[in-house]
Amino acid sequence: MTALDRIPYAAFLGLTSRRVDGQLVVTLPFADSLIGNPMLPALHGGATAALLEMTAVAQVAATWPETRLPKPINVSVAYLRSGRPQDVHARARIGKAGRRVVHVLAKAWQDDPDQPIATLTAHFLLAT
Amino acid sequence: MSTPSLTDLLPQLASGAAHTHALGFVFAGVEGRKVRIRVPWRQNLVGDPETGVLAGGLVTTMLDHVGGLAVWTALDAFRPLATLDLRVDYMRAAEPRRDLCAEAECFRLTHSIGFVRAWAFEDDPSDPVAASQAAYMLDSDGGRKAGHNRREGGEP
Repeated sequence: MTALDRIPYAAFLGLTSRRVDGQLVVTLPFADSLIGNPMLPALHGGATAALLEMTAVAQVAATWPETRLPKPINVSVAYLRSGRPQDVHARARIGKAGRRVVHVLAKAWQDDPDQPIATLTAHFLLAT
Repeated sequence: MSTPSLTDLLPQLASGAAHTHALGFVFAGVEGRKVRIRVPWRQNLVGDPETGVLAGGLVTTMLDHVGGLAVWTALDAFRPLATLDLRVDYMRAAEPRRDLCAEAECFRLTHSIGFVRAWAFEDDPSDPVAASQAAYMLDSDGGRKAGHNRREGGEP
Protein backbone atom coordinates (compact mmCIF):
# COMPACT_ATOMS: atom_id res chain seq x y z
CA MET A 1 0.00 0.00 0.00
CA THR A 2 1.50 3.32 -1.06
CA ALA A 3 0.16 6.82 -1.63
CA LEU A 4 -0.23 5.86 -5.30
CA ASP A 5 -3.20 3.67 -4.38
CA ARG A 6 -5.02 6.81 -3.25
CA ILE A 7 -4.33 8.86 -6.38
CA PRO A 8 -6.90 8.47 -9.20
CA TYR A 9 -4.47 9.83 -11.81
CA ALA A 10 -1.88 7.21 -10.81
CA ALA A 11 -4.49 4.51 -11.41
CA PHE A 12 -5.40 6.09 -14.76
CA LEU A 13 -1.75 5.86 -15.85
CA GLY A 14 -1.59 2.28 -14.51
CA LEU A 15 1.32 2.98 -12.12
CA THR A 16 2.56 0.06 -10.04
CA SER A 17 5.19 0.09 -7.31
CA ARG A 18 7.51 -2.21 -5.43
CA ARG A 19 10.11 -1.72 -2.74
CA VAL A 20 13.79 -2.22 -3.52
CA ASP A 21 16.20 -1.73 -0.60
CA GLY A 22 13.66 0.40 1.26
CA GLN A 23 13.12 2.70 -1.73
CA LEU A 24 10.06 2.71 -3.97
CA VAL A 25 10.48 1.81 -7.63
CA VAL A 26 7.43 2.95 -9.56
CA THR A 27 6.64 1.61 -13.03
CA LEU A 28 4.61 3.23 -15.80
CA PRO A 29 3.60 0.24 -17.95
CA PHE A 30 3.69 0.98 -21.65
CA ALA A 31 0.32 1.64 -23.28
CA ASP A 32 -0.47 3.07 -26.71
CA SER A 33 -2.39 5.84 -24.92
CA LEU A 34 0.93 7.25 -23.61
CA ILE A 35 2.28 8.10 -27.06
CA GLY A 36 2.90 11.80 -27.68
CA ASN A 37 4.87 11.51 -30.92
CA PRO A 38 3.35 8.88 -33.21
CA MET A 39 6.17 9.15 -35.77
CA LEU A 40 9.16 7.91 -33.76
CA PRO A 41 7.06 6.77 -31.78
CA ALA A 42 7.86 8.40 -28.42
CA LEU A 43 6.14 8.68 -25.05
CA HIS A 44 4.58 12.05 -24.24
CA GLY A 45 7.01 13.97 -22.04
CA GLY A 46 4.11 14.83 -19.76
CA ALA A 47 3.55 11.16 -18.96
CA THR A 48 7.20 10.77 -17.94
CA ALA A 49 7.00 13.98 -15.87
CA ALA A 50 3.82 12.74 -14.17
CA LEU A 51 5.54 9.43 -13.34
CA LEU A 52 8.49 11.31 -11.80
CA GLU A 53 6.25 13.64 -9.85
CA MET A 54 4.09 10.86 -8.46
CA THR A 55 7.14 8.77 -7.59
CA ALA A 56 8.40 11.75 -5.59
CA VAL A 57 5.00 12.17 -3.89
CA ALA A 58 4.90 8.45 -3.03
CA GLN A 59 8.44 8.46 -1.63
CA VAL A 60 7.70 11.53 0.53
CA ALA A 61 4.42 9.97 1.71
CA ALA A 62 6.24 6.72 2.54
CA THR A 63 8.84 8.64 4.53
CA TRP A 64 6.24 10.67 6.48
CA PRO A 65 3.27 8.29 6.59
CA GLU A 66 1.37 10.22 9.24
CA THR A 67 0.91 13.40 7.18
CA ARG A 68 -1.49 14.15 4.31
CA LEU A 69 -0.28 13.92 0.71
CA PRO A 70 2.57 16.40 0.15
CA LYS A 71 1.76 19.41 -2.04
CA PRO A 72 4.17 20.28 -4.86
CA ILE A 73 5.67 23.78 -4.65
CA ASN A 74 7.70 23.44 -7.81
CA VAL A 75 9.07 20.72 -10.05
CA SER A 76 11.79 20.87 -12.66
CA VAL A 77 12.19 18.13 -15.25
CA ALA A 78 15.14 17.61 -17.59
CA TYR A 79 14.46 15.40 -20.59
CA LEU A 80 17.62 13.49 -21.44
CA ARG A 81 16.48 10.87 -23.93
CA SER A 82 13.43 10.17 -26.03
CA GLY A 83 11.01 7.80 -24.27
CA ARG A 84 10.72 4.62 -26.34
CA PRO A 85 7.44 2.65 -26.51
CA GLN A 86 8.13 0.43 -23.50
CA ASP A 87 7.80 0.52 -19.68
CA VAL A 88 9.38 3.36 -17.70
CA HIS A 89 10.65 2.98 -14.12
CA ALA A 90 11.37 5.70 -11.60
CA ARG A 91 12.71 6.17 -8.12
CA ALA A 92 13.08 9.20 -5.86
CA ARG A 93 15.24 10.13 -2.91
CA ILE A 94 14.93 12.86 -0.33
CA GLY A 95 17.68 15.43 -0.92
CA LYS A 96 16.96 17.58 2.13
CA ALA A 97 14.12 17.54 4.59
CA GLY A 98 13.25 20.65 6.55
CA ARG A 99 10.38 21.13 8.96
CA ARG A 100 7.91 22.18 6.27
CA VAL A 101 9.65 21.70 2.93
CA VAL A 102 11.24 18.61 1.40
CA HIS A 103 13.63 18.68 -1.54
CA VAL A 104 13.37 15.55 -3.71
CA LEU A 105 15.44 14.18 -6.59
CA ALA A 106 14.08 11.52 -8.94
CA LYS A 107 15.06 9.79 -12.13
CA ALA A 108 13.25 7.75 -14.77
CA TRP A 109 14.76 5.06 -16.98
CA GLN A 110 13.80 2.27 -19.35
CA ASP A 111 16.43 -0.48 -19.77
CA ASP A 112 19.34 0.87 -17.77
CA PRO A 113 19.07 2.89 -14.53
CA ASP A 114 22.41 4.50 -15.41
CA GLN A 115 20.94 5.86 -18.66
CA PRO A 116 17.99 7.90 -17.37
CA ILE A 117 15.50 9.29 -19.86
CA ALA A 118 14.53 12.14 -17.51
CA THR A 119 15.38 13.56 -14.10
CA LEU A 120 13.35 15.64 -11.66
CA THR A 121 14.13 17.99 -8.81
CA ALA A 122 11.21 19.22 -6.76
CA HIS A 123 10.12 20.90 -3.55
CA PHE A 124 7.08 19.71 -1.64
CA LEU A 125 5.21 21.26 1.25
CA LEU A 126 4.59 18.79 4.04
CA ALA A 127 0.89 19.16 4.76
CA THR A 128 0.00 18.67 8.41
CA MET B 1 -0.35 36.07 -37.71
CA SER B 2 -0.36 32.36 -38.38
CA THR B 3 -0.79 31.08 -41.88
CA PRO B 4 -4.09 29.29 -42.39
CA SER B 5 -2.21 26.02 -42.70
CA LEU B 6 -0.75 26.04 -39.18
CA THR B 7 -3.97 27.42 -37.69
CA ASP B 8 -5.80 24.56 -39.36
CA LEU B 9 -3.33 22.10 -37.83
CA LEU B 10 -3.49 23.42 -34.24
CA PRO B 11 -6.68 21.59 -33.12
CA GLN B 12 -5.15 18.32 -34.34
CA LEU B 13 -1.79 19.11 -32.72
CA ALA B 14 -3.59 19.95 -29.45
CA SER B 15 -5.49 16.70 -29.08
CA GLY B 16 -4.56 14.36 -31.92
CA ALA B 17 -1.79 12.26 -30.32
CA ALA B 18 -2.88 9.19 -28.36
CA HIS B 19 -1.91 10.62 -24.96
CA THR B 20 -3.52 14.04 -25.41
CA HIS B 21 -6.63 12.31 -26.76
CA ALA B 22 -6.77 10.00 -23.72
CA LEU B 23 -6.50 13.00 -21.40
CA GLY B 24 -9.24 14.88 -23.26
CA PHE B 25 -7.24 17.96 -24.27
CA VAL B 26 -9.11 20.34 -26.58
CA PHE B 27 -7.83 23.29 -28.58
CA ALA B 28 -9.23 26.54 -27.16
CA GLY B 29 -7.91 29.19 -29.53
CA VAL B 30 -4.92 31.20 -30.66
CA GLU B 31 -4.41 34.96 -30.43
CA GLY B 32 -1.18 36.35 -31.82
CA ARG B 33 1.58 34.27 -30.22
CA LYS B 34 -0.62 33.02 -27.37
CA VAL B 35 -2.23 29.64 -27.76
CA ARG B 36 -4.69 27.97 -25.37
CA ILE B 37 -5.93 24.45 -24.61
CA ARG B 38 -8.50 23.17 -22.11
CA VAL B 39 -9.03 19.90 -20.27
CA PRO B 40 -12.49 18.99 -18.97
CA TRP B 41 -12.46 17.90 -15.29
CA ARG B 42 -12.71 14.16 -14.82
CA GLN B 43 -12.50 11.97 -11.68
CA ASN B 44 -9.63 9.85 -13.02
CA LEU B 45 -7.42 12.91 -13.57
CA VAL B 46 -7.56 13.85 -9.87
CA GLY B 47 -4.38 13.95 -7.76
CA ASP B 48 -5.83 14.19 -4.26
CA PRO B 49 -9.10 12.33 -3.65
CA GLU B 50 -9.71 14.38 -0.47
CA THR B 51 -10.01 17.57 -2.49
CA GLY B 52 -10.98 16.48 -6.03
CA VAL B 53 -8.23 18.70 -7.44
CA LEU B 54 -6.59 17.73 -10.77
CA ALA B 55 -3.19 16.02 -10.42
CA GLY B 56 -0.01 18.06 -10.59
CA GLY B 57 1.30 15.64 -13.20
CA LEU B 58 -1.69 16.40 -15.41
CA VAL B 59 -1.08 20.16 -15.07
CA THR B 60 2.57 19.55 -15.99
CA THR B 61 1.50 17.59 -19.08
CA MET B 62 -0.83 20.43 -20.13
CA LEU B 63 1.88 23.06 -19.70
CA ASP B 64 4.42 20.93 -21.58
CA HIS B 65 1.99 20.34 -24.41
CA VAL B 66 0.64 23.86 -24.81
CA GLY B 67 4.25 25.10 -24.79
CA GLY B 68 4.96 22.99 -27.87
CA LEU B 69 1.92 24.49 -29.58
CA ALA B 70 3.29 27.96 -28.76
CA VAL B 71 6.62 27.15 -30.42
CA TRP B 72 4.85 25.99 -33.58
CA THR B 73 2.71 29.12 -33.47
CA ALA B 74 5.83 31.31 -33.21
CA LEU B 75 7.51 29.35 -36.03
CA ASP B 76 4.27 29.49 -38.01
CA ALA B 77 5.11 25.95 -39.02
CA PHE B 78 5.11 22.40 -37.72
CA ARG B 79 8.61 21.06 -37.08
CA PRO B 80 9.77 18.18 -34.85
CA LEU B 81 10.17 19.38 -31.24
CA ALA B 82 11.39 17.92 -27.99
CA THR B 83 11.07 19.46 -24.54
CA LEU B 84 14.56 20.04 -23.16
CA ASP B 85 13.47 21.07 -19.69
CA LEU B 86 10.40 22.30 -17.92
CA ARG B 87 10.01 23.99 -14.56
CA VAL B 88 6.55 24.34 -13.04
CA ASP B 89 5.62 26.50 -10.04
CA TYR B 90 2.36 25.56 -8.35
CA MET B 91 0.84 28.80 -7.04
CA ARG B 92 -2.40 27.48 -5.60
CA ALA B 93 -4.66 24.44 -5.67
CA ALA B 94 -6.90 24.15 -8.70
CA GLU B 95 -10.59 24.56 -7.90
CA PRO B 96 -12.21 21.15 -7.39
CA ARG B 97 -14.32 19.76 -10.23
CA ARG B 98 -13.47 22.62 -12.60
CA ASP B 99 -12.12 22.46 -16.17
CA LEU B 100 -8.60 23.78 -16.49
CA CYS B 101 -7.12 25.95 -19.25
CA ALA B 102 -3.47 26.34 -20.18
CA GLU B 103 -2.04 29.16 -22.24
CA ALA B 104 1.51 29.57 -23.55
CA GLU B 105 3.65 32.06 -25.38
CA CYS B 106 6.98 31.40 -27.07
CA PHE B 107 8.74 34.66 -26.22
CA ARG B 108 12.07 33.89 -27.90
CA LEU B 109 13.16 31.69 -30.77
CA THR B 110 16.77 31.02 -31.64
CA HIS B 111 18.12 28.86 -34.44
CA SER B 112 17.74 25.72 -32.35
CA ILE B 113 15.72 26.56 -29.18
CA GLY B 114 12.26 27.92 -28.39
CA PHE B 115 11.85 29.58 -24.96
CA VAL B 116 8.33 29.42 -23.57
CA ARG B 117 6.28 30.67 -20.64
CA ALA B 118 2.97 29.01 -19.88
CA TRP B 119 0.31 29.21 -17.18
CA ALA B 120 -2.74 27.20 -16.13
CA PHE B 121 -5.98 28.69 -14.78
CA GLU B 122 -9.75 28.15 -14.56
CA ASP B 123 -11.10 31.50 -15.81
CA ASP B 124 -8.54 34.24 -15.39
CA PRO B 125 -5.00 33.97 -16.82
CA SER B 126 -3.81 36.52 -14.26
CA ASP B 127 -4.81 34.21 -11.39
CA PRO B 128 -2.84 31.09 -12.32
CA VAL B 129 -2.95 27.70 -10.66
CA ALA B 130 0.54 27.04 -12.01
CA ALA B 131 3.11 28.69 -14.25
CA SER B 132 5.99 27.21 -16.19
CA GLN B 133 9.14 28.12 -18.02
CA ALA B 134 10.43 25.66 -20.59
CA ALA B 135 12.90 25.25 -23.45
CA TYR B 136 12.15 23.23 -26.55
CA MET B 137 14.70 21.84 -28.98
CA LEU B 138 13.78 22.49 -32.61
CA ASP B 139 14.16 19.79 -35.27
CA SER B 140 14.77 17.35 -32.45
CA ASP B 141 14.49 14.32 -34.69
CA GLY B 142 18.09 14.89 -35.84
CA GLY B 143 17.27 13.14 -39.07
CA ARG B 144 15.83 10.09 -37.30
CA LYS B 145 13.34 8.30 -39.47
CA ALA B 146 9.80 7.32 -38.59
CA GLY B 147 9.79 4.22 -36.40
CA HIS B 148 13.30 4.94 -35.05
CA ASN B 149 12.30 4.29 -31.44
CA ARG B 150 10.93 0.86 -32.32
CA ARG B 151 14.37 -0.39 -33.23
CA GLU B 152 16.37 -2.49 -30.79
CA GLY B 153 18.09 -0.06 -28.43
CA GLY B 154 16.48 2.76 -30.41
CA GLU B 155 18.20 5.52 -28.45
CA PRO B 156 21.95 5.91 -29.06
